[in-house]
Amino acid sequence: MNATIDDQKTGTVIPPVDAGSTTVIRPSSGWVALNLRDLWNYRELLYFLTWRDIKVRYKQTVLGAAWAVLQPFFTMVVFSVFFGQLAKVPSDGIPYPIFSYCALLPWSYFSGALNRAGNSLVGSSHLITKVYFPRLAIPVSAVAAGLVDFGIAFVVLLGMMFYYGYAPTTAALTLPFLLLLAVATALAVGLWLSALNVQYRDVRYTIPFLTQFWLFATPIAYSSSLVPERWRAWYGLNPMAGVVEGFRWALLGKEPPGPLLAVSIVVVILLLIGGLYYFRRMERTFADVV
Amino acid sequence: MTDTAVRVENLSKRYRIGGPQARYKTIRETLVDMAAAPVRRLRTLGQPSPENETIWALKDVSFDVKRGEVMGIIGRNGAGKTTLLRILSHITEPTEGYAEIKGRVGSLLEVGTGFHPELTGRENIYLNGAILGMKRAEIDQKFDEIVAFSEIEKFLDTPVKRYSSGMYVRLAFSVAAHLEPEILLVDEVLAVGDAAFQKKCLGKMEGVASEGRTVLFVSHRMEAIEALCHSAVLLDAGCLVVAGKAHSIVEHYLKTTTGEARTIEVGDRLDRTGTGEYRFTRVWFTDEREDTVNAVRPGKPCRIHALVSARDGAEPTDAFASIAVQDRRGSPLFTLSSALIDTRVHLEGNTEIVWEVDRLQLYEGEYPCNLFLAESSSGEAVHGIIDLVRDAFILPVGPGDYYGTGRIARTRDDKLFVDFRVQSTPGVEHGAN
Repeated sequence: MNATIDDQKTGTVIPPVDAGSTTVIRPSSGWVALNLRDLWNYRELLYFLTWRDIKVRYKQTVLGAAWAVLQPFFTMVVFSVFFGQLAKVPSDGIPYPIFSYCALLPWSYFSGALNRAGNSLVGSSHLITKVYFPRLAIPVSAVAAGLVDFGIAFVVLLGMMFYYGYAPTTAALTLPFLLLLAVATALAVGLWLSALNVQYRDVRYTIPFLTQFWLFATPIAYSSSLVPERWRAWYGLNPMAGVVEGFRWALLGKEPPGPLLAVSIVVVILLLIGGLYYFRRMERTFADVV
Repeated sequence: MTDTAVRVENLSKRYRIGGPQARYKTIRETLVDMAAAPVRRLRTLGQPSPENETIWALKDVSFDVKRGEVMGIIGRNGAGKTTLLRILSHITEPTEGYAEIKGRVGSLLEVGTGFHPELTGRENIYLNGAILGMKRAEIDQKFDEIVAFSEIEKFLDTPVKRYSSGMYVRLAFSVAAHLEPEILLVDEVLAVGDAAFQKKCLGKMEGVASEGRTVLFVSHRMEAIEALCHSAVLLDAGCLVVAGKAHSIVEHYLKTTTGEARTIEVGDRLDRTGTGEYRFTRVWFTDEREDTVNAVRPGKPCRIHALVSARDGAEPTDAFASIAVQDRRGSPLFTLSSALIDTRVHLEGNTEIVWEVDRLQLYEGEYPCNLFLAESSSGEAVHGIIDLVRDAFILPVGPGDYYGTGRIARTRDDKLFVDFRVQSTPGVEHGAN
């Protein structure tokens, strides 16, 4: 296929076109393939979008990246005073500040990522209507950008562990996996919300309410041991319960969350696959509707 | 392997437009309606909208673009040009029909897509490049070239929100101009920046066109279409009207879209002097193919026709006929006087007089003209005025590429083109003669 055609008008030689790169554009209907390969081809764009989000996040702020620490840290202080000291919420024998901070860490990542991902498509309407790229890159980069904040806030947790005398055990090796679960949860819900938000801006107003509700439905200020033993696995239907209890197990040596975590994993996988397909299905109308 | 780069078949796109909006009269009604709206919307959720709320932005458009061809897409606003590019760019899906594209597509529907005001020029080059589909290595390689083209070296590390709008646009266009896909889709993006930068952009586009890449190019600037494109399609109200050679499509467009080709009636004008034996009654313009046109074009042949009617019982006579062309301020530019070329026109009954110009040397603009018939003329003096109508008509001159360079010459306040050459003789002794 290395034939070249001599253009009559300009007399220049046209480079041969890769015959494999034919694109067919036609109306699609029903459910479409996920085509994650397309996203992989655009991984550099994904990188740049994430990089942009991180770079821009704390521009023109005085405290800069310290904000990544301040939010979970002060929430921890408030929780410790009201729930730990005043309400005397049991924390399974773990000092309340580190008990709550260890949960707030994945939680603030999750709520932040969910909020950004949910509004990401609407916020990028100028891109969606002008350029083609796999739209998945937008919520994915929004979810990925939050990881830097997580990393910064994690350093504080290490400091607290040192202060309270917790040494990491081999269970800490599961942390990347637990973090991945938090990412997957944020992405799964974020995909649904962002695609819905394109059509129904009600979503924008739902997200703060949803995260607030979800915060109390997740064992952050309290322990999942408050839930009766036989119901505890069902608690895993909230995937963040699995993530949070997983974090406490991996870092603070609580008993392994076992069945609860297993249920969470299944729920996240189902939510994510559903979210991906729903997103892909709605994707074709984004540019027209947004 | 065929040499068709883009094949478009029966491409159609339907858009839903909002239904008729109720007009609110009072604040109370508005509030009541807002309160009732959620219930109403929930009830109609998921039901298809009635047919009359849709519009076909594109309907059954078919054409082929050969590899290496530069095709212009022209049409009025709302003709479907951008919709077509959006579909081919994969941004939106067609409602019906299909398109086949062979090769890597790059689209440029806007300059500066994805620019972030908080980021610096340098950072935006990378971000924007990635959004337009360039690989990082590709951007690295072209980085210096992009910066040089944009002329903003000094501000490379300044956030773009501090840029002037001109700098912003220059940087944005520079990134876009260095996109090198096999097939390039370009919307009206050349109309940015100042005149000098526009010229540079057009030059860059010419370069792209001559490299043998396939380009689909939307523009309202006909001289750009004529200069850059081999072929063109004309869209109107979502339908393809005609396709063919760029030049003839542009002619067709200019003829059809500037309204009905019209003639100018001057017979009823009362502000005229002369014996009135013969009177100018009508003026019209034709192009080189003798088609009536609304505007004549620089660098092209042009004919100005005038119809002269005789008063009852007027004797046949020979006379001098002239058109005095002025600028908008009324300063005379030149006179197409038959006396200057020792030609008399024979007047008998209703007579048509034609002034023929081989190559019109006027810039784009509007030029008021006087019409004049005289029995004789010797030098400056004019005797026996038959008919004189001041500002009888306005000669509209459209845009045109007089020098055939592919660029439109735009010089403020200039009126006339003159054919010229420039040459240099190196190594001449200083002061030598």
